[in-house]
Amino acid sequence: MLKDYFDHYAIIGFYLAIAISVPIGMIVLSKLAQFIKVRPSNPSKLKESMYECGMKPETERWQGFNIKYYFYALLFVIFDVETIFLFPWAAKYGIWSKEFGLMFFLSMFVFLAVVTLGYVYAWKKGDLEWN
Amino acid sequence: MGPIRESFIFEFLYCHLSLEASCSSVRILNIAFIPENLSWISFTLTAFFWIFVFINAALVGVLMLIWGERRLIGKFQARLGPNRWGPLGLFTPVADAIKVMFKEDIEPTLSDKLIYVLAPILMVVPVFMIFPVIPYGTKTFLTNISVGVVFVLAITSINSLSVLMAGWASGNRFAIIGGIRAVAMLLSYEIPMGISAAGVVIVAGSLSLSEVVNNQVIPNAIFQPLGFITFLIASTAELNRSPFDITEAESELVAGYMTDYSSMKFGLFYLGEFMATIASSAIIVTFYFSGWRGPSFIPSEIWFLAKWIGVIAIFIWFRATFPRLRIDQIMSLAWKGLFELSLINVLVLALMIAIWPDPSGIQLLIMTLINWVVFFLSIYIFGKILSPNLTGNKITKRSVVYGLD
Repeated sequence: MLKDYFDHYAIIGFYLAIAISVPIGMIVLSKLAQFIKVRPSNPSKLKESMYECGMKPETERWQGFNIKYYFYALLFVIFDVETIFLFPWAAKYGIWSKEFGLMFFLSMFVFLAVVTLGYVYAWKKGDLEWN
Repeated sequence: MGPIRESFIFEFLYCHLSLEASCSSVRILNIAFIPENLSWISFTLTAFFWIFVFINAALVGVLMLIWGERRLIGKFQARLGPNRWGPLGLFTPVADAIKVMFKEDIEPTLSDKLIYVLAPILMVVPVFMIFPVIPYGTKTFLTNISVGVVFVLAITSINSLSVLMAGWASGNRFAIIGGIRAVAMLLSYEIPMGISAAGVVIVAGSLSLSEVVNNQVIPNAIFQPLGFITFLIASTAELNRSPFDITEAESELVAGYMTDYSSMKFGLFYLGEFMATIASSAIIVTFYFSGWRGPSFIPSEIWFLAKWIGVIAIFIWFRATFPRLRIDQIMSLAWKGLFELSLINVLVLALMIAIWPDPSGIQLLIMTLINWVVFFLSIYIFGKILSPNLTGNKITKRSVVYGLD
């Protein structure tokens, strides 16, 4: 049983190693083409400056961004954790709802209701609006 | 999760390498040469061979998809599409790949060098990782891990990190705006995606992808249409495809987080996006179109392939049909629409299964009917609630003709 487990994950591990080496290999190969002068490389100061509109850049690299993104990130953390809690419940639902009946449904329903209260609060506060 | 040799493709090659006693019935040719006590060598060789095949198949699949998408979009728009290189323009993506390889690589001076290089690699790697866990046929799979659903959802969410890294490391204001927008969108759509996947898990009773397919008597797309629609929309958004391609809105953000990328690094982003379409379609087929199941006069792998191509065609159809959404429309669709719809789907499904734990044929039919009623009702109600926010100003005939409002 344990051997089966390791067999499957060993293949996933090998696959990960190859999957990482393929894009790295592509970049290295493309770099090698530069050394044998197949790929051009004529760097200039203007070419390597940040792109703004095709002319010489006038502004700084950094700039502010909307605070809204933080609200969405915070909401994401809350509701993604909720999603994670759903999975073990869902995986055992068919078996355990036979044993516990509606109780097993209600226990999750109460949890979802509490989280949804927070969601309604966020909506009413206007955190879901994009202005 | 049974032994790895349940997989037909694995066992076939393994038994032609290893001299194990249990292998003799599988062997067709007597060419095995590795003794039984060195079985780890035959295991590794087999694994690497199939990994090689899978990764190359994925890359060739991307070339086919690029060609197919451009041809199909051409047909949709009543033009020819690529037709110069090879028969029907089949070699156009190959020419594209060679061109991308030999373009000049420009590294902007303001960029953060290490992260700038890591971002495109991180875009491609997670997409590759989806292919080994999908069951392609009754006995055709590479691995069959017991947490497949969670694995797939976790792996697909890594690309938001790559997008943020690319946007931040380029040192370009368009890139960082595009990157942050993309991450906000990807995060928002991950939630309805996860919740509707919980509906699939309830029906399957397991987190294993092969069990998801085994227990789908009625395809989930028919059994729980609400979950299917939310998952389809959410995965279109996760793929950054049209109509959710706000990050690459050329007219406002140049190319979003890819603005300062060139040559092979840009090629890797391109590769990652198209491969994600293929991988995501495979997930949708497994979750909602009952994977390899189908009448047995056609092999299960062919069923899977046919459904796979069909779902990819749906994505291409979306791209040809829908106009791009605004960022506020995208966010309100995710948070005010899809989130509740997916929750309603899970709760209705769970309630019905709590009432009928072992549904017979007629009960399954009633459950499907109730799901469809809930589908139309909730879409109607949420459409009514959200329509002023989603469509903005009321569209009149005048505004359509003259582009006003």
